[in-house]
Amino acid sequence: MARTLAEKVWEAHVVRQAAGEPDLLYIDLHLIHEVTSPQAFDGLRLAGRPVRRPDLTIATEDHNVPTADIDRPIADPVSRVQVETLRKNCADFGIRLHPLGDAQQGIVHVIGPQLGLTQPGMTVVCGDSHTSTHGAFGALAFGIGTSEVEHVLATQTLPLQRPKTMSVTVEGDLAAGVSAKDLVLAVIAQIGTGGGQGHVIEYRGAAIRGLSMEGRMTVCNMSIEAGARAGMIAPDDTTFAYLQGKPHAPGDADWDAAVDYWRSLATDDDAAFDREVVIDATQLTPFVTWGTNPGQGVSLDGSVPDPSEYDDPLDRAAAERALAYMDLAPGTAVRDITVDTVFIGSCTNGRIEDLRAAAQVMRGHAVAPGVRALVVPGSVAVARQAEAEGLDAVFTSAGAEWRQAGCSMCLGMNPDKLSPGQRSASTSNRNFEGRQGPGGRTHLVSPAVAAATAVAGHLAAPEDI
Amino acid sequence: MQPFTVVTGRALPLRRSNVDTDQIIPAEYLKRVTRSGFEDGLFAAWRKDPDFVLNDPAYAGASILIAGPDFGTGSSREHAVWALQDYGFRAVIAPRFGDIFRGNATKGGLVPVEVGAEAGEQLMGIAESSPSAEITVDLIERVVRAGALVVPFDLDDYTRWRLMEGLDDIGLSLRHADEIASFEAVRPAWLPTTSRT
Ligand code: SF4
Repeated sequence: MARTLAEKVWEAHVVRQAAGEPDLLYIDLHLIHEVTSPQAFDGLRLAGRPVRRPDLTIATEDHNVPTADIDRPIADPVSRVQVETLRKNCADFGIRLHPLGDAQQGIVHVIGPQLGLTQPGMTVVCGDSHTSTHGAFGALAFGIGTSEVEHVLATQTLPLQRPKTMSVTVEGDLAAGVSAKDLVLAVIAQIGTGGGQGHVIEYRGAAIRGLSMEGRMTVCNMSIEAGARAGMIAPDDTTFAYLQGKPHAPGDADWDAAVDYWRSLATDDDAAFDREVVIDATQLTPFVTWGTNPGQGVSLDGSVPDPSEYDDPLDRAAAERALAYMDLAPGTAVRDITVDTVFIGSCTNGRIEDLRAAAQVMRGHAVAPGVRALVVPGSVAVARQAEAEGLDAVFTSAGAEWRQAGCSMCLGMNPDKLSPGQRSASTSNRNFEGRQGPGGRTHLVSPAVAAATAVAGHLAAPEDI
Repeated sequence: MQPFTVVTGRALPLRRSNVDTDQIIPAEYLKRVTRSGFEDGLFAAWRKDPDFVLNDPAYAGASILIAGPDFGTGSSREHAVWALQDYGFRAVIAPRFGDIFRGNATKGGLVPVEVGAEAGEQLMGIAESSPSAEITVDLIERVVRAGALVVPFDLDDYTRWRLMEGLDDIGLSLRHADEIASFEAVRPAWLPTTSRT
């Protein structure tokens, strides 16, 4: 029977199937960070259970860590305890950890791919909803809760109900200046924050094939903002070229066999999806959010919508609430929205290509007076690469801050936060109330729009400056 | 975990859609390494408003939460489930849930009750107009009862059985350790390990 990419990967990992029970699925790679793991390790200790496969498990410190003065102890004692707890747990259970200061430390979803640990056809999990990022390689990758983290540590499996499949086909080519981030924000605005619920999304079509691995990771990363637990893209030559030579990629002896297998994973021509959505790439423009969920977005050329134009009473109420929280009036032109903070980074847009895109826009310009711009590489390796290319100097000479690797201002768990009432243009993935700090207001944007906004002082495209 | 069969209690109406887990419990509360005491973080930002429904004494002691569509979207934090449970909730009724939240809820014994939009609206109306009304979530019959109103809901047989028995998933999976070992024995050798290269 014809099968989709997601179905092939699922079926290759079924340990046990029984009527009336969820499938027991084998997990190839388990990524760990300090926030969602302490209670899981505690559970193992209480039950006297070991970690079944420490050799399929890897940990990093990212959410709590400061991105400045990292050689000093973490100032917040509660954050420090959480990071120290991870260190102790990894030592006790024999798990490889990349701590703050290590050459491979970074955001969990940046380091897996960069080490070559994320490969096509694998099952990848992490106690973190943006695990969907790894689907860019054709892996089935999804976020789990802490009970499931404990389950995977103890058994290397998860009991799961089979998800439905959904295709999002992006036909045609993106116009110049329109990025993967714009594409995925437009997809979410179209299908809604619940649109992918219960489904694994496969992104297909010419515009997707044309994306780099970094761009594909940006798209798959935000699948969860459309309600889908996982997003996938069939592996192709772009994928293989990215992987070859990475530390944990198959070596020369195994490479051809691996590539043959990876090619076989593509969705069969006559396979059917439970739901299909088609989007015209040629119509897309730079996209930004105006509200407090990632589906509340609009073209940069547009204006803030009027809640009274919504038919659905719940959507109307949500839009009214969002505008009140964001302190925006209906009809305001998007380009008239001024910001005081710009954040470039996160697992959505903290990779080398994102920093190159931002640097290209900022080069030779200055950050607008009154605007604080933070550039935070997704990993230490990304930071070193950017420095080798001189990107750090482009940012600092424009007046932006160049930081160390971490989640930083993507969420208010470390020293990089918005203060109440502050407004940011952010390349991260969530514009929820208070996400970047209590009372903070977030507009989600691409790296190029973030850089242009830093220079202009208001939401702007590169051609505006 | 505590078995769940039939729970009757007051219901707190939260008339909002897209209640993401960052709102259920903000990031600041996620720094703890313990497993209990998260009730202080529940809806921490919204609770600062004295008019927020959680602060209404008429709903004190509610054990059921009724919310709008897409409850529990966003972050995978299981702390959202813990905060609801530590506060005293045993079930959440909504027209649609975030996938990860729904999974987390059933792991810990908080029952996600997915009802149609219209039924959700009726139940919300009952809780809003009479705070002392008792609502029953009956997992045996898979129905919600509020006075004369009876609303069926879906929950797969396996999850329902696990919730009713209060069973720990890990113990169940470890019964299949032999099958896990046989699967491992035939995994391709080129698959990566995290052993340092
Ligand atoms: S960068 Fe943001 S979204 Fe990504 S893992 Fe860190 S906190 Fe989560």
